[in-house]
Amino acid sequence: MYEFVSGPLVWIAFIVFIGGSLYRIYNMLSSSKKEKVVFPHMSLKHSVASLIHWTIPFNNQYMRQRPIFTIISFAFHICLIIAPIFLLAHVILWDESWNMSWLTIPDAVTDGMTIMVIIGCIFFLYRRLTDPVVQNVTDSSDYLLLAITALPFITGFIAYHQLFAYKAILIIHILAGEIMLIAIPFTRLSHMLFFVFTRAYFGSEQGHVKNSKDW
Amino acid sequence: MKPTIVKRDLVVDTALDQCAAKLTPEQIEKVVNEVIDNETGGRLQTYVNTCIHCGLCAEACQWYLSHDKDVSYAPVTKVKDTIWVLLEKKGKVDGAFIKRCSEIAHTECNVCRRCGMYCPFGIDIAYMMLVVRRICAKLEMVPLYLQDTVHSHAATMNQMWVKPDEWIDTLQWQEEEGQGYVPSARLPLEKEGAEIMYSVIGPEPKFLAQLLGNITVIMKVAGLDWTMPATAGWDNSNMAMYSGDFEIMARVERLHHETAQRLKVKKIVMGECGHAFRGAEYDGPTWMGWMKPPIPIVHAISFYYDLIKSGRIKIAKKAEGPITVQDPCNVVRNAGLGTQLRYIMNAVCEEFVDVTPNGRHNYCCNAGGGVINVGPPWKKKRVQGNRVKAEQMKRTGAHTIVTPCHNCHSGIEDIVDYYKLGMHVKFFSDILIEAMEIPEHLKPKEE
Ligand code: SF4
Ligand code: SF4
Ligand code: SF4
Repeated sequence: MYEFVSGPLVWIAFIVFIGGSLYRIYNMLSSSKKEKVVFPHMSLKHSVASLIHWTIPFNNQYMRQRPIFTIISFAFHICLIIAPIFLLAHVILWDESWNMSWLTIPDAVTDGMTIMVIIGCIFFLYRRLTDPVVQNVTDSSDYLLLAITALPFITGFIAYHQLFAYKAILIIHILAGEIMLIAIPFTRLSHMLFFVFTRAYFGSEQGHVKNSKDW
Repeated sequence: MKPTIVKRDLVVDTALDQCAAKLTPEQIEKVVNEVIDNETGGRLQTYVNTCIHCGLCAEACQWYLSHDKDVSYAPVTKVKDTIWVLLEKKGKVDGAFIKRCSEIAHTECNVCRRCGMYCPFGIDIAYMMLVVRRICAKLEMVPLYLQDTVHSHAATMNQMWVKPDEWIDTLQWQEEEGQGYVPSARLPLEKEGAEIMYSVIGPEPKFLAQLLGNITVIMKVAGLDWTMPATAGWDNSNMAMYSGDFEIMARVERLHHETAQRLKVKKIVMGECGHAFRGAEYDGPTWMGWMKPPIPIVHAISFYYDLIKSGRIKIAKKAEGPITVQDPCNVVRNAGLGTQLRYIMNAVCEEFVDVTPNGRHNYCCNAGGGVINVGPPWKKKRVQGNRVKAEQMKRTGAHTIVTPCHNCHSGIEDIVDYYKLGMHVKFFSDILIEAMEIPEHLKPKEE
């Protein structure tokens, strides 16, 4: 079992993740061509300006109005991406099978980041359950996506601290990670891919076409 | 997903009520899919698939804020209750559903684009509401009064059923009014090769003719070479753009630009109106595939900014007391004229008090996007739907609100009335005409 999930399944997960993402992006771009306005409205300068303004915390009026959400949401997303890539144990695996390695972050730090991701998930779950606007647009898929996101980190935490059933948890952890990778291109987790494009388009429309700003 | 709980007073709109009863499922399905397949693309799909259901856009919408955070007015709810369902069911919905779509898109959203600035992904909900309007319009599901203005556009090429002779009469009458200030002022009709064609919205000759007198004086004092058309094409307003009838929208915009070309002017200067600018500068040209207007369009704010900044118009006596402003979405958030607006406000007011939030973050007046044009049946909801505007205006302590947009003007007047704010609502040119210096040689001779 371990051999399978940590061998061929990893391959499959990465191929689906990368291939699926490229496909989704290609599909979006080609179907956007159908509308005459989309590409002529784009401008690199305003796309970049919008992306910068929306990826630096508190760099726009709106984020300043929601300090708690902004802090948790930024910390969550940064940790979610950084921790798995620079975790020592993950890099060792890459090294063993591909002879590739890169910078790593001390375990204590990635451990903290894992906890941050879990806190983020709890916060988002809490909002889903209590904020009336969010409640009203929530369905089972939203909970599922939250679970898909949280599971690799919860199991990673348990496995790292070897709290119980190490071997089984490890297998579940790897599986959960693979599920998440596969889910990214085909669910609304794809907001990770599309963020750049929707932001760039709105930034361009506001800046380039309408002489205004979008932050 | 659970259905949204919607509490509304019953509104009778004969057009919507009667047309909804006649709709057949086949007709709805066909139109929905036609619009989705032929007129939308990756943009709509990406917006729908990227929305992470976070609800952050809610705080942007004056409807939501003014109704004590009633979820059914939140921008994302407006999408959930319309486009999401239309896409998911591939158009298999009933007449009652389309009626609700029209109510949401035509009477509860000003397509002001404020929510786009609050969504972390920049998802343009206003655009999606325009897609819904488009579907409704193709099903003839447009509120009665709004549809009447569209009929007027189609039949007379102006919004208010103004007849050709009434138009010319009004201009002559206002020329005389202007001559009361400056006897040599003229309102030149059909002057080919003039530098500027001045265009206004349909309601101006009908209800607010003094604005035409104002511009006659301002043009004379500034010494400009200008003209107005005597033919159809003088009206720059465009309610078809808001009903979703883009074919008629295009006819209106085309005639407006072609009239300017016929008169061989260098630019079009337009009166104080937000949506007219949007239609002439953006929605019209993009729909027709021109992308940019063939003749440059100058909004009144930029026009006055240039006149005041260059010293062509000098200010003799600034307006007294605290005066505030309504930033029209279509020329501030969506055209970047906020700084120029503040410059001219400071130039003519002794004490200009800004609003908060201001500039591109300003709340819409709730009249825009065609919402005032859906008429009396929907008025109560519209005015109650902008309590935050009343509170915002009240906080300034001003005695007058300047609204450089016709829709804003009427919308703000209704709000001032309903919430008993006791403030005056004026156009910028009303203030300017009193404040500007009329050179000695242009003044009327004392008798
Ligand atoms: S009224 Fe403005 S803020 Fe509200 S949903 Fe419509 S576009 Fe968005
Ligand atoms: S803020 Fe954007 S992503 Fe969030 S619910 Fe609104 S439209 Fe969707
Ligand atoms: S009427 Fe005025 S405030 Fe309202 S949408 Fe138009 S420009 Fe905006």
